[in-house]
Amino acid sequence: MIEVKNISKSFNKNKVLKNVNVDFEPGKVSMVIGKSGSGKTVLLKSIIGLHKPEEGKIFFDSREFINANIKFKRQIREEIGMVFQGGALFTSLTVEDNVRFALDLFSNKTKAEKKKRVDFCLERVDMQGSNDLFPAEISGGMQKRVSIARAIVLNPKYLFCDEPNSGLDPQTAIIIDKLIREITLEYNITTIVNTHDMNSVMEIADNIYFINDGQKWWNGGRDDIFHSDNIELNDFVFASELYKKIKDVSK
Amino acid sequence: MFTVVGKYLVLMGNVFTKPVRGSIFFKRILDEIEQIGVDSLWIVSIVSIFMGAVLTLQVAINFEAPYIPKYLIGLSARDTMILEFSSTIICLILAGKVGSNIASEIGTMRITEQIDALEIMGVNSANYLILPKMIAAFVTFPILNILSIILGIFGGFVVATFADTVTVYDYLYGLNYAFVPFYVTYSLIKICVFSVIITSVSSFYGYYTSGGALEVGKSSTKAVVYSIILVLLFNLILTQVLLT
Repeated sequence: MIEVKNISKSFNKNKVLKNVNVDFEPGKVSMVIGKSGSGKTVLLKSIIGLHKPEEGKIFFDSREFINANIKFKRQIREEIGMVFQGGALFTSLTVEDNVRFALDLFSNKTKAEKKKRVDFCLERVDMQGSNDLFPAEISGGMQKRVSIARAIVLNPKYLFCDEPNSGLDPQTAIIIDKLIREITLEYNITTIVNTHDMNSVMEIADNIYFINDGQKWWNGGRDDIFHSDNIELNDFVFASELYKKIKDVSK
Repeated sequence: MFTVVGKYLVLMGNVFTKPVRGSIFFKRILDEIEQIGVDSLWIVSIVSIFMGAVLTLQVAINFEAPYIPKYLIGLSARDTMILEFSSTIICLILAGKVGSNIASEIGTMRITEQIDALEIMGVNSANYLILPKMIAAFVTFPILNILSIILGIFGGFVVATFADTVTVYDYLYGLNYAFVPFYVTYSLIKICVFSVIITSVSSFYGYYTSGGALEVGKSSTKAVVYSIILVLLFNLILTQVLLT
């Protein structure tokens, strides 16, 4: 479980996060939604320690993270898997080397055991046989899948995904969404997904957190979103005619 | 200015820490030796041969007076290559080749979130990316320095022989005349210091790149410009300290 307590973060004089309180539960896909510039990426990066908030605390299974020393932070980070918006695969390494990277650094497995684990993870994301390809030789959707394989190779307790569907066609996006959900349930991972793709939200979200103007504006489940009278949330979720019609039908 | 120096020192503090796993670190050093050292062999060789050749010709033209012994052409080619050309000038060229390469490589990793990916995995990205480059340059630059001295003197010898500006005997006599072994030590000390400057400054500008492809280009340019300025500054300081 990840607990975010009163997090505030500013850049220069611009306060991007304002006293955000959120709890993310294990075995569930928590989706953070919000307009561009609402602060959701800053929230994600603050949780994983890429930004240091001025105020507040973050607990990974009751272990305080923000004020921990660098060694302890790195220990916690070994339990984190992250899928970046652009994949962030190491371009000079093959698919296999990318997935094996964390194993080489942090595990004491033999070469054969590492190979077995890498093959398992690649198979899990339906990328078997692509071991020797370089990131530049595979499509964006495949890169995302390899990125997920890399994120789960050390059996993480926490999985973070920053807009995992951006730039993908709808079919591939659904495949990635389902993969994230399956992995979350299978390994009881605390998964946090940043997105503004409402299709993803409706597809896989267990808990939804709406961030607006640097604050947690609303939270609830998939069904709750249709019955909320929160104006800002409705403006965001039902911006398209399609979703307006869906809301009317659901009423 | 102070902020930049402070950030540089903090980065270096992160660079000089214990690597996560020795075997991987050693492999990274070997990869960097290939990229930084071996891949620079051809440019260092070409530049050194032509520098030595032109230097010999220019000295020969200016030493036409009959009372100036011809062997001084060989001597001046040797000392100029050792004292200045094979260390400082070669490093200015390497600042362009190696420095821009390092800054653009690390800068691209930064803007494509590869460095963030390393950090999230629990890897000290500064140590993992920068220290192998610094060690590789520290090991290979002195070798390139010695190679440059040899090839520069050889270039001069070829010109002396074929252009008939000085006899082979005079040139070889000049090479052996009044040789000061400390000059080689001085040259090696200089190039070791320059290797640290070029790799660390270039890594610094690459590491703190933010934005997009345009900013990577700007970081690369800054890396080369500041590396060159610092190499020239430290050349003056080291010469003052070691030779006077």
